[in-house]
Amino acid sequence: MNLPISWLKDYMNTDGITDSEFADKMTMSGSIVEKITNPASEFKNVVTGKILKIEKHPDADKLVVCQVDTGETEPIQIVTGAKNVFEGAVVPVAKHKSLLPGGVKITKGKLRGVESFGMMCSTDELGISDERATGILILPDNTPVGEDIVKTLGLDESVAEFEITSNRPDCMSIIGLAREAAATFNRELRIPEINVKENNEDVKDYAAVEIADNETCSRFTARVVKNIKIAPSPEWIKRRLKACGIRAINNVVDITNYIMLEYGQPMHAYDLDHVEGRKIIVRRAAEGEQLETLDDQPRTLSHDMIAISDTKRAIGVAGVMGGANSEVTDDTVTVLFESANFNAVLVRRGAKALGMRTDASALFEKGLDPENCMDAVNRACELLQNICPGCEVIGGIIDVYPNKKQPLVLPFEPDKMNRFLGTDIPSGDMADYLSRLGFKVDTSSMNVTVPTFRGDIESMADISEEVARLYGYDNLPTTMMKGRVVVGGKSFKQKIEDRIKDLLTAYGLYETMTYSFIDPKEFEMTRVPSDNTVKILNPLGEENSVMRTSMLSSVIKTLKTNYNRRAASAKIFELGTIYLPCGEVLPDERQVAAIGMYGADVDFFALKGVVQGLLEGLGITNCSLTAERENASYHPGRCAMVSIRGEKLGYLGQVHPSVAEEFKVDTELYCAELDFSVLLKYATFDRAFKPLPRFPASARDLAVVIDKALSVGEIERIISSSGGKFLESYELFDVYEGAQVGKGKKSAAYSLTFRAADKTLTDSEINEAMDNILGNLKRELGAELR
Amino acid sequence: MKEQLNAIKAQAEAELAKSDALDALEALRIKYLGKKGELTAIMKGMGKLPPEQRPVIGQLANEVRTSIESLLEQKKQTLSSLEKERRLAAEAIDINLPGKRPVLGKKHPLTTVLDDLKDIFIGMGFSIEEGPEVELDYYNFEALNIPKDHPARDTQDTFYIDENVVLRTQTSPVQVRVMEKQKPPIRVIAPGKVFRSDTVDATHSPVFHQIEGLVVDKGITMADLKGTLEVFVKKLYGDDTRLRFRPHHFPFTEPSAEVDISCFGCGGKGCRICKGEGWIEILGCGMVHPKVLKNCDIDPDIYSGFAFGIGLERITMFRYGIDDLRLFFENDIGFLKQF
Repeated sequence: MNLPISWLKDYMNTDGITDSEFADKMTMSGSIVEKITNPASEFKNVVTGKILKIEKHPDADKLVVCQVDTGETEPIQIVTGAKNVFEGAVVPVAKHKSLLPGGVKITKGKLRGVESFGMMCSTDELGISDERATGILILPDNTPVGEDIVKTLGLDESVAEFEITSNRPDCMSIIGLAREAAATFNRELRIPEINVKENNEDVKDYAAVEIADNETCSRFTARVVKNIKIAPSPEWIKRRLKACGIRAINNVVDITNYIMLEYGQPMHAYDLDHVEGRKIIVRRAAEGEQLETLDDQPRTLSHDMIAISDTKRAIGVAGVMGGANSEVTDDTVTVLFESANFNAVLVRRGAKALGMRTDASALFEKGLDPENCMDAVNRACELLQNICPGCEVIGGIIDVYPNKKQPLVLPFEPDKMNRFLGTDIPSGDMADYLSRLGFKVDTSSMNVTVPTFRGDIESMADISEEVARLYGYDNLPTTMMKGRVVVGGKSFKQKIEDRIKDLLTAYGLYETMTYSFIDPKEFEMTRVPSDNTVKILNPLGEENSVMRTSMLSSVIKTLKTNYNRRAASAKIFELGTIYLPCGEVLPDERQVAAIGMYGADVDFFALKGVVQGLLEGLGITNCSLTAERENASYHPGRCAMVSIRGEKLGYLGQVHPSVAEEFKVDTELYCAELDFSVLLKYATFDRAFKPLPRFPASARDLAVVIDKALSVGEIERIISSSGGKFLESYELFDVYEGAQVGKGKKSAAYSLTFRAADKTLTDSEINEAMDNILGNLKRELGAELR
Repeated sequence: MKEQLNAIKAQAEAELAKSDALDALEALRIKYLGKKGELTAIMKGMGKLPPEQRPVIGQLANEVRTSIESLLEQKKQTLSSLEKERRLAAEAIDINLPGKRPVLGKKHPLTTVLDDLKDIFIGMGFSIEEGPEVELDYYNFEALNIPKDHPARDTQDTFYIDENVVLRTQTSPVQVRVMEKQKPPIRVIAPGKVFRSDTVDATHSPVFHQIEGLVVDKGITMADLKGTLEVFVKKLYGDDTRLRFRPHHFPFTEPSAEVDISCFGCGGKGCRICKGEGWIEILGCGMVHPKVLKNCDIDPDIYSGFAFGIGLERITMFRYGIDDLRLFFENDIGFLKQF
């Protein structure tokens, strides 16, 4: 919403308030000023000048050489190509070293060899018209010569641009903003009385209005004006409309727009001679009803819209746009002004369905005050009389207003408000703030009457805000909460999340964050089933249209980004959410600890080490890995399922090369997907202290030859179960396949550590354990000592 | 024999003085004092002396021996400390050669800033709550005083799953969920992902993060809201930071405010970061709307509360001077490394 400061002056005295002070104080009282601009600041050295003499250019047919009086001792010479100049014309002149809107600099120069000391300007060059002008702007003959063009054209006008929140449609108007400004600066708000000179005729003889469906419209006021001569509006109206971003059309249409700006009440003008039966009916549109709107577009209406119709057909979509069939044209002589209050929800739906949000619909959908209709329609008639002297306003006003809006009365509760705000504002001050804003405070009954244009005020909290913003938010005290002490902190789950991030970063992984939705193609690319997913009805694009059910594609895409950017290696993780439909209204949102890596130092075992380290760091024991060949997303020979005490935790392994290929990555990618809820179930911060060993350990090596197909996991299972109570640990240090062990065989070498807590072990005690291990290896696996 | 002994002594002294290495010294020890050494040979020959001479020569031999031993010891210490110095000199390194760094991963910058923020609020007695990202329209809008067809819905372009289910556009629904299950006193923050159908550019993303705050108890005032946020802002951005509370509108708070902080780029004078305004908007807040309390069965005549919502990306961008929101979700290691 734009507010030209000169327009504001119609309603309040702004003397002594600078632009920046205005912007600051209005913002701090709740009307946010986005910016305040003044076109005058874009001009320098542009004045009025009179063309004294025009001569042909010696070397160019299309150019002329003018001598222009700009009020200085000597006329200046200007070369122009404009066709509309003549001797005696007064024109805007941008002199040598001048500045025009848009940062255009004008300096002297030569045109085809003839010196030119400036430029005569058109309306678009002056920034007062957006359209390309065909010639120089010719000013009235009596315009003083040598005057600053800013003064001549009245361009020295600051315009404040407001951001109005949706709860304050009353501030989408000049008067509404003037009220806020007057309250903010504690000055008087002066709303001039409206004077309409009506004739002796009765409007009832001209037109009738019927509200056929009370839900659609709470009030419809209308007046008729005849003997109108359609013409352009005077400059001052055009200028004000332009400052507010509205294009001038003709006097009648401009007035409806002017009133909308001034009062915040959208209006419409019908050519009454084209309203069949001279009757206006407000009703719901019929499903499929056709109407050509003012913008010459055919529209199909629906039952969710409000139609304005005459006795035969629709003539407008209420609150959105009028119809072409009753439009005001150059031939119009009799006009019916509509100033009505339409149902906010229906206007909003209608505008949305038609895809045409107009200034009017944007106002109506926020809920307007029906009490505003009458002043608006009268003001329109007054204004038309002022600018179109021959017209006659027909006597009487049509006002269909079945249920008059009663103002809301709320208790005036200064103590309660002070307790709520944490302030100590005297009740007299509160009453003053409220009355400045149009509230009526009755201190004897302790009631406050809310003005009807403040539909947003419903309770003590709302009144408190009015008080607080005029008192000044910055003046409110700053205190710490009192009352009951509350114990805060993180939950166990939140601590485990933190721990996971700490552990994985300690292992050299970077945390990532990715979008929760993916491209449906990625399901196929990662070979993740896509039959049961959560889909977005209105996605930004296909590539972000389905909620992920696996972290795999997010991880792969992150790795791919880094691979494509030539990072030699990348190790990342994300504690992300996946969304699984589960038959309830809302999907099951599960967190997954996902890990991804590639690079020269990365293989299955690098990933496995990180996963094992993570589990150990979370205090999780009894984990097992089993080779996994069925998971289609992973390499069938390089994938493992991890489980904790028999419960599946997830998968880790090399991404199937065909999957990587789908993502156009030609290196080995490794990923792990671990179900956070399972990690959480078994994770613990409990740790039991074990005394440090006091007796020395004894190490023995054991190398055995087994079938190649057997997993070393089998050897370890036997070592661990047969090692006896003194076996402290074991470690695989070599695996060998080759000629020395024979075809189809492999050798695995372990270093075993034995220790007792209370003595130094003897050779025979250790030998006994080693014999036992070897015996079982031979028996169960057919292993041979190497 | 006496002369012999004195000659050995003089010779040993001379040779020791010339000796300049530990192994040479050892050779001298063997030469004079070893089992086959010169002095030992003389000692062995003592038996051939007349008995009356034996004690005299014996004493002299012992003196010579002791003297050589002590000389040897002195020389050995001198030499070994010299040797040590030589070794240390030879071991000197160029300390400007590169260090061998263990690889350390990093948390995402959004996590790092969120962690700071959690610490600040936990310090004020807050706990941390969570809520679903795929959320009922009721919690995301209706319970927050944003009925269907409310114009405020336009400002939050919403992703719909179906008529009643949305991707939450804000973390505010967690407020309602918390108030439904927990009665006052309530002090929680609820960080999380939110979604809006904004086309991606340097300042917009369809996925971003908010941190919701909610306090409900008897006697909570708007002044308390100011106080709490002042503590938060000063802890996050420093004690010199000034706050500005501007009236604003949110359907679920009344009164509502937006909070600006003095620009840390220029201290309020106006610069590129604050676009010349001296202030930077960082959060929205207000007193919990009585309708919202009622929707959660909390009596607004007894209880009051405040709520606030902070954009995590925004404060993180300011904290590190990041100028493009997209970087957070691209996950380029070169970016993630920096924080």
